[in-house]
Amino acid sequence: MLFIILSGFFVACMLLPAGKYIKERLSYLLSLLPLSLFIYFASYIPQIMNGNVLLESTEWIPSLGVNASFRLDGLSLLFCLLITGIGFLVFLYSASYLKGHKYLDRFYAYLCLFMAAMLGMVLSDNILLLFVFWELTSITSFFLIGFNNDSKESRKSALTALSITGLGGFFLMAGLIIISHITGTYSVQELLGSHEIKNNALYPLVLIFIFIGAFTKSAQFPFHFWLPGAMKAPTPVSAYLHSATMVKAGIFLLARFSPILGGTTEWSYSLMGIGAFTMLYAAVHSLFRTDLKAMLAYSTISALGVMVFLIGIGTEVAFIALATFVVVHALYKAALFLITGIIDHETGTRDITKLAGLKKVLLPVYIAGVLAALSSAGLPFTFGFIGKDLIYEATLNTASSIAIYLTILAVATNLCLVAAGFMAGIKPFTGRLPEEFSSIRLPHIAIWLPPLFLGLSGFVLGCFPAVIGDALISPVVNSIAGSSVQFHLKIWHGFNTVLILSMATLALGSIVYYVNKPSAGKLSFITNYQNVSPQYFYTWLAKKFYNLSEWYTSIMHNGFLRSYILKIVVFAQLLFIYELVRGGPIYLDYSKLSPISVYEGATVLFLIAGLFITLTTSSRLTAVIGTSVTGYAICLLFLYFSAPDLAITQFTIDTLTVVLFVLVLFNLPPFIKFPGVNKPIIIRDIAVSLSFGLIMAVVAIKVLQVPTSIESSNFYGTYAYTLAKGKNVVNVILVDFRGLDTMFEIVVLAIAAIGVYSLLKLRLKSSEKE
Amino acid sequence: MRSILLQAASRYLLPILLIFSIFLLLRGHYYPGGGFVGGLVAAIAFVLHSFAFGTTATMQILKYKPLSLIPIGLGIAALSMFVPLLFGLPVMTGLWYEESIPVIGMVGTALFFDIGVYLVVVGVVLTILFTISLNTH
Repeated sequence: MLFIILSGFFVACMLLPAGKYIKERLSYLLSLLPLSLFIYFASYIPQIMNGNVLLESTEWIPSLGVNASFRLDGLSLLFCLLITGIGFLVFLYSASYLKGHKYLDRFYAYLCLFMAAMLGMVLSDNILLLFVFWELTSITSFFLIGFNNDSKESRKSALTALSITGLGGFFLMAGLIIISHITGTYSVQELLGSHEIKNNALYPLVLIFIFIGAFTKSAQFPFHFWLPGAMKAPTPVSAYLHSATMVKAGIFLLARFSPILGGTTEWSYSLMGIGAFTMLYAAVHSLFRTDLKAMLAYSTISALGVMVFLIGIGTEVAFIALATFVVVHALYKAALFLITGIIDHETGTRDITKLAGLKKVLLPVYIAGVLAALSSAGLPFTFGFIGKDLIYEATLNTASSIAIYLTILAVATNLCLVAAGFMAGIKPFTGRLPEEFSSIRLPHIAIWLPPLFLGLSGFVLGCFPAVIGDALISPVVNSIAGSSVQFHLKIWHGFNTVLILSMATLALGSIVYYVNKPSAGKLSFITNYQNVSPQYFYTWLAKKFYNLSEWYTSIMHNGFLRSYILKIVVFAQLLFIYELVRGGPIYLDYSKLSPISVYEGATVLFLIAGLFITLTTSSRLTAVIGTSVTGYAICLLFLYFSAPDLAITQFTIDTLTVVLFVLVLFNLPPFIKFPGVNKPIIIRDIAVSLSFGLIMAVVAIKVLQVPTSIESSNFYGTYAYTLAKGKNVVNVILVDFRGLDTMFEIVVLAIAAIGVYSLLKLRLKSSEKE
Repeated sequence: MRSILLQAASRYLLPILLIFSIFLLLRGHYYPGGGFVGGLVAAIAFVLHSFAFGTTATMQILKYKPLSLIPIGLGIAALSMFVPLLFGLPVMTGLWYEESIPVIGMVGTALFFDIGVYLVVVGVVLTILFTISLNTH
């Protein structure tokens, strides 16, 4: 199973070198990957139907308890099939939709990565692994949303989506870590059997963190606004990520954790509250939009709200409704998005007020649109009908005190969704065809077959619901409810309250569709309320944060080397002073010091003279020579204290430094007084450097006072020859004992050289152009 | 304004310094020296030559870009790290040839590692200095 999940990553890596061959005709071939994955997962249906759960584990980081363990149960199987099945259609569709695009190979690489990340997420049995894949979906979706990277809007919405989902990911990680802290395990399998969390004092905190994770990903209020923004992505991406798969990751997470964390009042009421608010809020909003994709985005948010709401209800019938609605929604919403893509592709607009009469030119697309819209509306004999019935059944079967309110909320939401579905799937095709669109021809079959197929499958499943009900829905419910549930999906439930509600929704929704005509005026009416929306608040917060970091950067990273050195030195001084004060009294034992020889004294005088020249001269060259005198004096001191290796290195390095300086000097401004340097600054610098020198001297004295440990020098002295066959301990340490460090050091050197080389070469090239 | 004295001197100093740098490299395991210092001395030899004859002339002596020494050096050092794997030993185990070879001394993986360091250092120093001197004047 590990290989299956990683196959998407392999293909994405392969696209890197092989991309240019794909761009031509071979792009259709890539859809074989999701297709074969779909067949692979479909072959597990019989096993999962019998109530088996497949577990597979490969050791990854056993010391941290992070293993690549995967779990295929009803819930993950359903999502796998959705991801790969809709993935296949989207892959096929994109090949025509983006035909000839400059970065088609890149697009497919992102899609493959995304699909693999999604599969990994739904299959993970280890919650940390789940988190890793969760973040991967955020990152890959960032690239997909920002795919049109030359548009500023598109980059901006990609960033918004990434920061919101990234923020959620951060909370999710905190929640998962607390869970494993309480239970001592990262494994979902073990968590399912443990009931410690619900009684723990940290339980509310865990809930909040997990909820923020799920709500950001699944676009629940108040984090919903990134989803309409993400509609800047190419339409296949919107169809794949923002209807069928990624936004359902949060739903998946809640469903996965439902048996572990759910069942409490906190869980149910917060999910019902947020879900209900989101579904109604977004459903009403969707009626005001004129952009087809924006309308679909809001109706998606609303549908996600319905799913959260159903998880909150948490009864068996609610889970059945949830599983069914996930499939229903994936089928009709992906179809509607793909249809919108075709309309946009052919007419160049997505404005609902301009589109009409496309039935004449795009007949198969019209059929697909009608099928999808009817399934979304829940007409009998469509799969949507069954989904809608189950939702009403779930709300009616709750505690009698709230059942009536929940049902009203669900009906209100659904009638808006009916209208929105009709507007997206039927409205652009009816009416009189405008003159400008009359020249449109039906595009390639690969582009209109996927939505038609999705529309038809919604219809077929609606006629034979028992097939999918037994094969997919009931294993899902079993894995969410944690117990075996027996039920069969039926087309006909008889004349009862549910049917009346369903018909009423359909009728009212159709009336809303006929009465409500979206227009630019209505759009501006609703955008007037931007100032009180959460999006406004987040933008404000982001702006403040940006200002803060700008302020910090201008203070701490102003680009002046002298300012960096000043800060580093002052900070180091404070650390040293703290340690020295903590370390107790300092004394100097004169009797233990060796006498100062004439050579040493003379060398130190040279050193001071060199420093003095450097500090007082007005010529850069003289200053360089002054520092090199200091360097050579230090090199002599090394020699006196029997460190010949250090001395040679210091000597050669100093020589080369002078050469480097001389080479660079030509390009430096003359050595004049810096502007703005006045007396107080000079005094400050002198004070800092004097105190630093003083502190270093005190540290040196302190070091003498502390008995040195000779353990390590003894170790190297003993083993340098016996083990490493060398007599020069310094060199043996460099090439043998700490050889890995040396390896990294030469790599760093190489990087530095390549950096200098490319910097100068690149700069020259760009100046040559001018 | 090329100095004749410097030119004459560096003509002889170049080979002498290069031999000295190899000497430093080879003796490093027993006496002061080693790949790092050896590489620096070799680089100084070329830098001195470039002072006397100009960087372009020195580049002609070198035939190849000093930049190409970097991957070669890194490759030798990395190979010497992984050779012990062939003998079923952990990475970076010191392997030594039993007999001592005249002039060179003991031969082992550590020596090749040092040669790698030597080449990288020569490559890095010359790349930085020559790039600056060729591109900024």
